[in-house]
Amino acid sequence: MTHLPFLPFLLPFAAAGLLLLLEGRGLALARGLSLAAVLAGLLGAVALTAAVSGGEILVYRLGNWPAPFGIVFVADRLAALMVLLLFALALPALLAALRGLDARGPHFHALFQLQLAGIAGAFLTGDLFNLFVCFEILLIASYALLLHGGGLEQTRGGLAYVVLNLAGSALFLAGLGLLYGTMGTLTLADLAFELPVVPPADVPLVRVALMTIALVFLLKAALLPMAFWLPHAYAAAGAPVAALFAILTKVGVVALLRLSVIAFPDAPAGASLLWPWLPVLALATVALGTVSALAARRLAAVAASLVLVSSGTLLFAVADGGEAATAAALVYLPHSTLVTAGLFLLSGAVAAARGAPGDGLVRGPAMAGALPLGLAFAVLALAASGMPPLSGFLAKLMLLQGAGSGGWQVAWWTALLVSGLVTALVLARTASLLFWEPREAAAAAPPGPAVPPALLMLVLASPALALAASPVAGHAGAAAQQLHARIPYMVAVMGMGPDVPRERRP
Amino acid sequence: MELLLALAIGILAGCGVWLLLASRTFAILLGLALLGHAVNLLILAGGRIGAKAPPLALPGAAGLADPLPQALVLTAIVIGFGMSAFLVALALKGMGEGGSDAVDLPDAPPGREEEP
Repeated sequence: MTHLPFLPFLLPFAAAGLLLLLEGRGLALARGLSLAAVLAGLLGAVALTAAVSGGEILVYRLGNWPAPFGIVFVADRLAALMVLLLFALALPALLAALRGLDARGPHFHALFQLQLAGIAGAFLTGDLFNLFVCFEILLIASYALLLHGGGLEQTRGGLAYVVLNLAGSALFLAGLGLLYGTMGTLTLADLAFELPVVPPADVPLVRVALMTIALVFLLKAALLPMAFWLPHAYAAAGAPVAALFAILTKVGVVALLRLSVIAFPDAPAGASLLWPWLPVLALATVALGTVSALAARRLAAVAASLVLVSSGTLLFAVADGGEAATAAALVYLPHSTLVTAGLFLLSGAVAAARGAPGDGLVRGPAMAGALPLGLAFAVLALAASGMPPLSGFLAKLMLLQGAGSGGWQVAWWTALLVSGLVTALVLARTASLLFWEPREAAAAAPPGPAVPPALLMLVLASPALALAASPVAGHAGAAAQQLHARIPYMVAVMGMGPDVPRERRP
Repeated sequence: MELLLALAIGILAGCGVWLLLASRTFAILLGLALLGHAVNLLILAGGRIGAKAPPLALPGAAGLADPLPQALVLTAIVIGFGMSAFLVALALKGMGEGGSDAVDLPDAPPGREEEP
């Protein structure tokens, strides 16, 4: 049995433990170990993506316990794609953190690795309770990373974020308790087999349980009524941490996508559970993110608002539920993650180059290295607002064609196009304020290259995605097709249907 | 017994949510603790209530207590304990820096975001 599906979780987890043991042996050792773990994880993710690209579904049974009893890690195309994206994002985020953030407090690298382990586990696990555990791992690491080396502003953003997520965890557990009490299983594939045959008397309770769990995913993904924590928390985090956080909302999106596609169809308990309120709220989230970008007074806050726009867009595609919508969402997801992460890193670089005004959107002194930073900003802005020829345009085109059929088309097209236009306006105003208007002498240049290599990697991600549009779209389409086929996933995890004798308790 | 447990869960959750809506971190801490207790009882109830079924598969025993909810509750308690400890530390940090235990800590000193 191959150990590949477990590797993206195990590697950072082991590295985190090792880093905790070696704390106090010097920063250089910690940096080297952390970087080596991320590189190894990236290699593992590439190998995993290659291993599942033919359509196989790799199932890793911990302790070799059969599926409904033990914990399974399942790597299909979607999970492998997300893990690859995670490590492709982790590398620049870590490189950016090496420029000083990691020295501002203890345990940065251990926390960073724990964060990676939690996210990778959440993408790979095939069991809802294990998903809860992975959520907790990634959350506690994210709390500490958010507060890392910060002052009052971080504490302020962090407090609301922590309390909200703790309440979300309680809700998640309540949903899991109800689901186990009625269904007797928490393995996703087993649920998919069992949901269509729930006794009618249990259907309302199962619906409540599923809805509670979906609500928790939507809280992580920052859907409108539960989205106001995001701009504060993300804008308060250090730039490299915020860049890594760009993928955190996607954990909720992917978890909801998997739950709704694998478990809901054919089941009376899952029928129209997310419809039609989810698309309405998703469109409202896009609108909120757009307005929030208009109101932002810092570049990091603009980027955080774009995370909201991206969440709303993805959730609309999830609510649509069609295979084409999923494929388009899987093209849009890596693009928007990498571009918003790039904007976070850019805000950090701008703040370092400007000195006192930081990344605030006010007229300040001219920057050292304004030209390379401005060019980097131009690429990211074109990608973020969905202008041709970069990946944002292609992704939005696929979304316009793939999602929002029937009566939703007008609202969907309007939301996506207007939010793109306003994003372009906001970013043009930002560029004018930051790069165009300053006329005074440049401040002293900070040491190092004007565009750090980490930022360069993320700036080049969008052109690279556009150049590789055909394979990327092909892989996303194949992943969507595999996910929507459902049966291969269920059979791979459970065998030919669960022949577990079940005891129905009163 | 069922009514008692349901009432206990309901009252705990209700008090927890009420405290959670307060504007001070101390009340929120207590609220989250109560909510955690309610949720733990709910998971335990998922394994059905009863004191007669043995926890192990003994020959001749009629039923068997479901061990999984107990394992889930144990995990949930451990995680909840760690999270509460973190929140207490964070609340103390906020109180030390901001001078009060209000959730909406007073604004950071003006400077970065202000127009010159």
